[in-house]
Amino acid sequence: MAREVHGMVEKRGSSLWLTHVFMIAGVFVIFFPIWLAFVASTVTQEAIIRPPMPVWPGDQFLINYKNALFSGVNVPVATMLLNSLIMAVGIAVGKIVISLLSAFAIVYFRFPGRNLFFWLIFLTLMLPVEVRIVPTYEVVAGFGMLNSYSGLIFPLIASATATFLFRQFFLTIPDELAEAARVDGASPMRFFWDIVVPMSRTNVAALFVILFIYGWNQYLWPLLITTDPEMNTIVMGIKQMFPSGDDFAHWPTIMATSILAMIPPVIVVISMQKLFVRGLVDSEK
Amino acid sequence: MEKRVTFKGWMLPLLLIAPQVFISAVFFFYPAGQAVWQSLFIPDPFGLSSQFVGLGNFEYLLNDRFYRASFVTTAIFSILVTLCSMIPALFLAVLADRLIKGSGTYRTLLIWPYAVAPAVAGVLWLFMFNTRVGVVSWYLGQLGYDWNHVLNDGEAMGLVVVASAWGRISYNFLFFFAALQAVPKSVIEAAAIDGAHFWRRFFTIVLPLLSPTTFFLLVVNVVYSFFETFGVIHTITGGGPQQATTILVYKVFSDGFVGQDLGSSSAQSVILLIVVGLLTVLQFKYIEKKVHY
Repeated sequence: MAREVHGMVEKRGSSLWLTHVFMIAGVFVIFFPIWLAFVASTVTQEAIIRPPMPVWPGDQFLINYKNALFSGVNVPVATMLLNSLIMAVGIAVGKIVISLLSAFAIVYFRFPGRNLFFWLIFLTLMLPVEVRIVPTYEVVAGFGMLNSYSGLIFPLIASATATFLFRQFFLTIPDELAEAARVDGASPMRFFWDIVVPMSRTNVAALFVILFIYGWNQYLWPLLITTDPEMNTIVMGIKQMFPSGDDFAHWPTIMATSILAMIPPVIVVISMQKLFVRGLVDSEK
Repeated sequence: MEKRVTFKGWMLPLLLIAPQVFISAVFFFYPAGQAVWQSLFIPDPFGLSSQFVGLGNFEYLLNDRFYRASFVTTAIFSILVTLCSMIPALFLAVLADRLIKGSGTYRTLLIWPYAVAPAVAGVLWLFMFNTRVGVVSWYLGQLGYDWNHVLNDGEAMGLVVVASAWGRISYNFLFFFAALQAVPKSVIEAAAIDGAHFWRRFFTIVLPLLSPTTFFLLVVNVVYSFFETFGVIHTITGGGPQQATTILVYKVFSDGFVGQDLGSSSAQSVILLIVVGLLTVLQFKYIEKKVHY
């Protein structure tokens, strides 16, 4: 009897390998589209347009990736990668900086209009950029920020998630620290730099991971405001590589670009897995 | 919750909060206000002046066959995406939870598709099901099934649903896995000693204990399928065939930018705004109460 209970609860015995089989099947299904994309990025166009395409990589890896990176279709993929990097880092850093500052103000000061500002920021939680695209586009166009990095970055910084996260965290910082700083005559900004910012390091890092991926994966907004191919980001640029007519798309280049578009955020997620999971759980609370 | 100890002064905090307030005002409140304002007008064909029509745009929209169809499409789409991403994720999480060794490796292998942009996922799935070169569509053809999502409504919907749900499985898996690990082992063992077999334990003990996570994921996935799947639809179907995959967000885009119908697009934005508001309220209700048994 004891042995049997053991088997059922502690997950041993014959069902164990079955579990592994199912897990591996699951991983395989999840991976399959990416594997195919990788294979397609290593073979010639001829190998693809005469289906079925091979399931093992070919010998065109260097040629296809070199072609994508330095020639591309409308614009070299290297340019799009750089644009994406600037946009993603800009959004992540921008959001973190303005949120740290405003959360500090809301938590550590009593000033006129504090509640009003708090609620105004809170409201921005509710409205994704997708919902207000036309008027936001007009604002950005009015500032002459079409086809510019600031046009790509600033409208997407206007959101309150990070502010809330930092507010929650600041509220857990012991009051004694602020009291000690005040008694010692340290200025608020001194307290901010020497105590609050260093204590928020882990939160900042976790948030950076989430925001970097969020920024990197933006699609609709760059699609609207970057009409100049030189300013395209890689995620929105892939679609622009498809021919408009009935021609065959150049799949090896497109698939090499897709793989290149995945690599930076995937590296961030895997190398910072702990921070990523933490950031995900934090930012959804 | 408030701090007992605060600093004095009001100039400094106003300065500190100014960047966020400024950016929110310029890129958020002003455009949102514009959306509400424009939704009350119809611009003339040359865009030189506009005529106040009150709720005319809304009345028109709600009577518009295509707009109502888009509501239905969005509902079907988001329900399917939510189910197709949550059920496999729960299944995989239950399996991973049964393992003592190796669950960490599987977690690493399963989470990273989360990082793949919806638009890139769209391109990957489009490639597999492409009517001329797609591997899957080719093999389906060999089996005698003629796959054509360019012409067939149902197949188009199926493809955008699967492509949208795919990366989302990772996300749901993470939350389910964490929740499963938090289920007290003593309760499971007690049930096992009483003779409850695995599936019985799962449905009577584990699943009810997972309900807060499940409800949270339901809301989050519906929000995701409403707003973040634009890239998938734009890359795979472009809303077609004949608007069969035109969800509400896609329609705001196609009416506002492609069709240049600003009044209608703004009215649609306002309706979406109300939908988001309702979803947010639902989410906060949940946070207050916590679904539990």
